[in-house]
Amino acid sequence: MASIDIQNVKKAYGHVQVLHDIDLQIKDGEFVVLVGPSGCGKSTLLRMIAGLEGVTGGEMRIDGKRVNELHPKDRDIAMVFQSYALYPHMNVAGNMSYSLKLRKTAKKKIAAAVASAASKLGLDPLLDRRPKALSGGQRQRVAMGRAIVRQPKAFLFDEPLSNLDARLREQMRAEIKKMHGDLKATSIYVTHDQIEAMTLADRIVAMHGGVVQQVGAPLELYDRPANLFVAGFIGSPGMNFLDATYANGNVTLKDGTVMALPAPLAVADGAKVTVGIRPEHVVMGGEGSGMAASVDLVEPTGFGIILHLSLHGLAFKVFTLDRAALSAGPSVHVSFPAQHLHVFDDKGDRCVAR
Amino acid sequence: MKTSLLPTIAHRLAILAYVIFALFPLYWLFKVSLTPNDLLYSEGVRMWPSRTTWEHYSFVLQHSAFPTFFKNSLIVSGSTAIIVTICASLSGYALSRFSFRAKYWIVGLMLLTQMFPLVMLVAPIFKILTPLGLTNSLTGLIVVYTAFNVPFATFLMQSFFDGIPKDLEEAAMIDGATKFTAFREIILPLTLPGIAATLGFVFTAAWSELLFALMLINGNNAATFPVGLLTFVSKFSVDFGQMMAAGVLALIPAALFFLLIQRYLVQGLTAGAVKG
Ligand SMILES: Nc1ncnc2c1ncn2[C@@H]1O[C@H](COP(=O)(O)OP(=O)(O)OP(=O)(O)O)[C@@H](O)[C@H]1O
Ligand SMILES: [Mg+2]
Repeated sequence: MASIDIQNVKKAYGHVQVLHDIDLQIKDGEFVVLVGPSGCGKSTLLRMIAGLEGVTGGEMRIDGKRVNELHPKDRDIAMVFQSYALYPHMNVAGNMSYSLKLRKTAKKKIAAAVASAASKLGLDPLLDRRPKALSGGQRQRVAMGRAIVRQPKAFLFDEPLSNLDARLREQMRAEIKKMHGDLKATSIYVTHDQIEAMTLADRIVAMHGGVVQQVGAPLELYDRPANLFVAGFIGSPGMNFLDATYANGNVTLKDGTVMALPAPLAVADGAKVTVGIRPEHVVMGGEGSGMAASVDLVEPTGFGIILHLSLHGLAFKVFTLDRAALSAGPSVHVSFPAQHLHVFDDKGDRCVAR
Repeated sequence: MKTSLLPTIAHRLAILAYVIFALFPLYWLFKVSLTPNDLLYSEGVRMWPSRTTWEHYSFVLQHSAFPTFFKNSLIVSGSTAIIVTICASLSGYALSRFSFRAKYWIVGLMLLTQMFPLVMLVAPIFKILTPLGLTNSLTGLIVVYTAFNVPFATFLMQSFFDGIPKDLEEAAMIDGATKFTAFREIILPLTLPGIAATLGFVFTAAWSELLFALMLINGNNAATFPVGLLTFVSKFSVDFGQMMAAGVLALIPAALFFLLIQRYLVQGLTAGAVKG
C-alpha cells in the first residue's frame, strides 16, 4: 500500500487543456472518490495515475517516488475498467492469474491467491468459464478479482458499477466497502453515483472543467459546499438557489422576504448573493407560516415525496417524508430554517461568517 | 410456421442457385480432367463423359514438370503469405494504435502503390532485379509479391486491430505486461481471424499470380504453377485434359489451406471482452 501525491498536475491534448493544476494528497489506505459531471477529466486523472496517459506538467508521486515517466507495468497499481476489459481468450482463472504469471510467481502461490480471491467474490464455480459465458455482474466480479489477487500499491476504479442494475450495484457497493475495510488498500474511485460517493469515500474530490472544486469528507461537502458548483452537484434532488441581496446579517429575496442569518457574513452590505437550500431542509407549514408557493408536480418516490413548486415564478423543489404532502392543495406554504441556508457571493464562492 | 415457409424456400433456392453458379466452373474443370482425349471433342457438350479416366493425372504427375512447378508455387506463396502477414501485423498494429507525425503520409504512400497498373511496373522491376541476380529466382518472386501485397494486407490487419478494444492492452500493461508482451499475449491471439484472413488472401493472390511470374522467370526450374499451366498450350493444340488435371491438383493446397484457417475466419474471438 502506498500514498499518492499529485502536485500541480496538468494535462493537455494539443492546445486543449483538460486538467488544470490538480493538487491532491492521498494518504496510505485512504478511499478517495472522484466525482464530477461528464467530461470533467476524472478518467483522465485516473489514467494518468495508472500511467496510461502522459503527464503534461507537474509531478506524480507514488510512495514518495516520482513516477511521471514510469511505465504502467512498473507502477504496481491495479485498475478496474468501466468496460471490465477481461481477456476473452482466457478463462476466469486465467484472467485473474495473468498479473501473477507476468511476475513469475510460483504456481502454488498463484493457485492459492486465485482461490482466495475467487472465494471472496463468490467466483469459485466459474473459474473455468470464458468471459463471454458470464453475466454482467459476474464479469464485474472477475474484473475485481483480477485487481485483488495481487497486493498492489493502490486500486483504481473507473465507474466499475455503472453497467450493473440497481440491485446488483447496491450489493457490490457494500462489498467494495467491506473489501476496503479488510484490505485497507489505497483506493481511488470514479463515479457518477451520489450514493456511491457518499457511502464509500473517506474523502470526496469534486471536479468541474478539469479543476478541483472541493476536497473533503462526504458530510463536509454536503454540509458546507465550497461553491455553487459543489452545492448543486452533491445531493439529490439538487439544492435550490434563489437570488438575493445581503445586508446587516440578513438576506432579502427578490419579493422582499427578509431572512435572518445565524451569523453576519464577510460580504459588503448591498452585495448580490445566491441563497441555497436543500429540498430536504425546506419546512412546509400551514397558512401564515412562510411564503406561499404553487404546486406544479408531485412525485412520490415511495421513500418520500418530491414536490415541484414555483415560488414567484422560480422553480423550486421540496423533499419531505410526510405523506400528507401527497394531498397538498394547489398551493403550500414553505419556510427556510436559517441554519440550513447556504449563501454564495457573486463569484459563486461560499460566504464565510465574519 | 406456415407464414415463413415460402420465404425460407425462396431463401434456400437463392443460395442454391448462387452455389451452383459459383462452383460450376470447378465442376467443369474436374469433368474435363477426367474425360479421355478421344471423347473430348466427339461427344459434344455433356454433363458427364460416357467413360472416365485418370490418365491425365498420372501423366501430369509422372511425365511433366508439374511437380516442380507445384513445389515452386508452394515455396513462393507460402513464404510470401508468411512474410507479408508478419509485416502487416506489425505495421497494421502501429497504424491502429500509435499516432506519429508521418502517419498520414505513410498511409497515402501505401495507397499510392495500389494505384498503378502492374503492367506498367514490369519493366522497371525487371531492370532493378537483373543486376541483383533476382530474375529467374524464387527469391525474386517472393520479394516482388511481398512488396505488392504488404500495403493492402496492412490495411486489412489495421481494421482487425481497430476492432479490438484498447482497454484490453491497457489492462494487460497494468497487470504488468510490456507493450510488446501485451501485443503478443493479448492482442495477437484475438487477431487470429484477421491473421487467417490475411494469410489466405495473400496466399491465393501469390498462388495465382501470372504476370510477374511470366515476366521474371524463364525456363522450368523456377517456374510457378500458373506459368507451368501454359506449357500445356503448344503451338498447334491445347492439351485440355492434362491442363485441367493440373488445375485440379493446384486447387488442393488452396482448398486445404482454407480448410485449415476457416475455424478462425468464422469465429468472433473478442466476444465477452467488454460489457454487453
Ligand atoms: N485523446 C483525447 N484527445 C483530446 N481530448 C480528449 C482525449 N481524451 C479525453 N479528452 C477530453 O478530456 C476531457 C476529459 O475526459 P475524461 O474522459 O477524463 O472525462 P470524464 O470525467 O471521465 O467523463 P465521463 O464521466 O463521461 O467518463 C473531455 O472533455 C474529453 O473530451
Ligand atoms: Mg470517464
